[in-house]
Amino acid sequence: MKLNHMLSTKDFSRKQIDSILSLAEKFEPVALREKRCNILDGKILSLLFFEPSTRTKMSFETAMLRLGGKVIDMGSIETSSVMKGESLADTVRVVSSYADSIVLRHPKEGAAFMASEFSTVPIINAGDGAGHHPTQTLLDLHTIRRESKLDGLTITLAGDLKYGRTVHSLCYALSHYNARINLASPPELVLPDRIIQDLKNRGIKVTKFDTLENAVKDSDVLYMTRIQRERFPDPAEYNKVSKEMRVTLKLLENCKPDMKVMHPLPRVDEIEPEVDKTPHACYFKQAFYGIPVRMAVLVMAMEEKYGKVL
Amino acid sequence: MAKFYENEKSETNKKSDLRIKAIENGTVIDHIPCGQAFNVLKIMGINENFKKTVSFVMNAVGSRGGKDVVKIEGMELTEKQVAAISLIAPNATVNIIRDYNVISKTQIKTPNEIHGIIKCINPNCITNSKEPIQTSFKVESESYDESILRCKYCDSIISDDIVKHLF
Repeated sequence: MKLNHMLSTKDFSRKQIDSILSLAEKFEPVALREKRCNILDGKILSLLFFEPSTRTKMSFETAMLRLGGKVIDMGSIETSSVMKGESLADTVRVVSSYADSIVLRHPKEGAAFMASEFSTVPIINAGDGAGHHPTQTLLDLHTIRRESKLDGLTITLAGDLKYGRTVHSLCYALSHYNARINLASPPELVLPDRIIQDLKNRGIKVTKFDTLENAVKDSDVLYMTRIQRERFPDPAEYNKVSKEMRVTLKLLENCKPDMKVMHPLPRVDEIEPEVDKTPHACYFKQAFYGIPVRMAVLVMAMEEKYGKVL
Repeated sequence: MAKFYENEKSETNKKSDLRIKAIENGTVIDHIPCGQAFNVLKIMGINENFKKTVSFVMNAVGSRGGKDVVKIEGMELTEKQVAAISLIAPNATVNIIRDYNVISKTQIKTPNEIHGIIKCINPNCITNSKEPIQTSFKVESESYDESILRCKYCDSIISDDIVKHLF
C-alpha cells in the first residue's frame, strides 16, 4: 500500500499544495476552538524528535489532540535507545508498529526519506538537518494565502538566506505561483547559486538588493529570518550585519501599507518589538496557522477519506 | 563478433600503428574520454599490487576522435564497476576477450540510478552515518565527459571529479 508520507514539498505540484491549504482552511475553526472534530479518534501519533523543538513539536501535539487523536513521545534522546546506539532505521521500524503515523525531526539530511523506507506507517518530516521542513513551508504558504495573496506575489526574503532551510523550501514552493522574489542578505549569507538558477529555470524573477530598504519597497510580504551569531567569527561584524538586517518602524514607513512581515520564529533582534503592534506584523498568526496546516497534514497521512472531513 | 578483435590484431601488426599487445583473456575498454584511463583503472581497483598485464593508450586517434583505451589481462568487470565507469565514460565499450577472440562487445549504458558506488559529498547526509542503507544517486544528466549525480537522500549534487567520491 502506498503511504502518504510528507517528506518534502519540493516535488509537490500546485494542485497538491492547494488541496492541503484548502483542507487547512477548513480546520481553522477547529484550531480556534470554535468547532469540535474527532476525525482522528482512535489514532496514535508518535513524535520522534532527535533535536530540540518547541513550536513544531507542540503544534503537532495540539493538532493531533484537537482532532481527537493521541500522542506518544520518544522524549529526549538521552533517555531513549538511541543512547544505546540503536540506529534510526531500527527505531522507526519498532515505532511504526506502535503508532499510525510518525513525526520525525533529525539532525541528518535525508533522515526522513530513509525513515520512509523502513516505516510501515506514514512519516511526516519535521525537519532533517539543513534539508526539508515541509510543514513549515506549507504553513508559510497558508499564511501568505490567508493574509496576503499567493498568485503574483512579490516577496522579499531577508536575513540568512544561505543556511535557512525554510527560505529554500519556500522559494521552490512559490515558483508554482509566479512569485517575484527579492533577496536581501549579508554577502556572507546569500542564497546559494544553485537555488537561484533552479528558480530562474522555473521562470521566476529573482532580484538581489544591497539593502533591506530597497528590497521591501514594492513587496507584498517581507519574510525575515534569524541571522545566527555563530555564522560570524567576528562579533563586530555580526553586530553590523544584524543592525542592517532589522525590521524597524522606520523601515515600514516606506513599504506598501498592506505589506505583511513574516518570520518562522524564534526571533532575536531582527524585528524590533514595536513592529508587533502594527498591522504589518504577521508572525504570531503565522505560528498559529501551523495548527490547521498540521491538522490537514495529519488527516491526509492517517485518514484515507480525508476529502470528506468537515 | 571475433572480427572486431581480429581487425585490431592485424592493426597492431602494422608497425606504424603498433601500440598495445593483444591479450589472451580479459577485458578491453574502448572509447574512454581522453585523460580518464587512470580513473577507469582506479574504479577497477588496479594498483601497484595488481600482478597481471595491464596496458593502456591515452589520447589515441580513433574513428570518433581522441580516446583512451584500457586492456586488462585476466579480469572481467562487475556490474558495479560498469556502472561506475559509465559515469566518467558514458560512451565506452567493453569487450570481453577469450582466447584472443572478442566474445562480447557491449556499449556501456549509464543507469538512471547508481547504488552503493559513490559516497555522498555531504558529511551530514544520513548515508554518511551508521544506518543500514547504501548510497543512492539519481543520474540527472550525462555528457560525453561526466554525469551529474543527485543524492536520493539529501539532494546534494556531485558534478565534478566523481571518481574522488568512489568508495
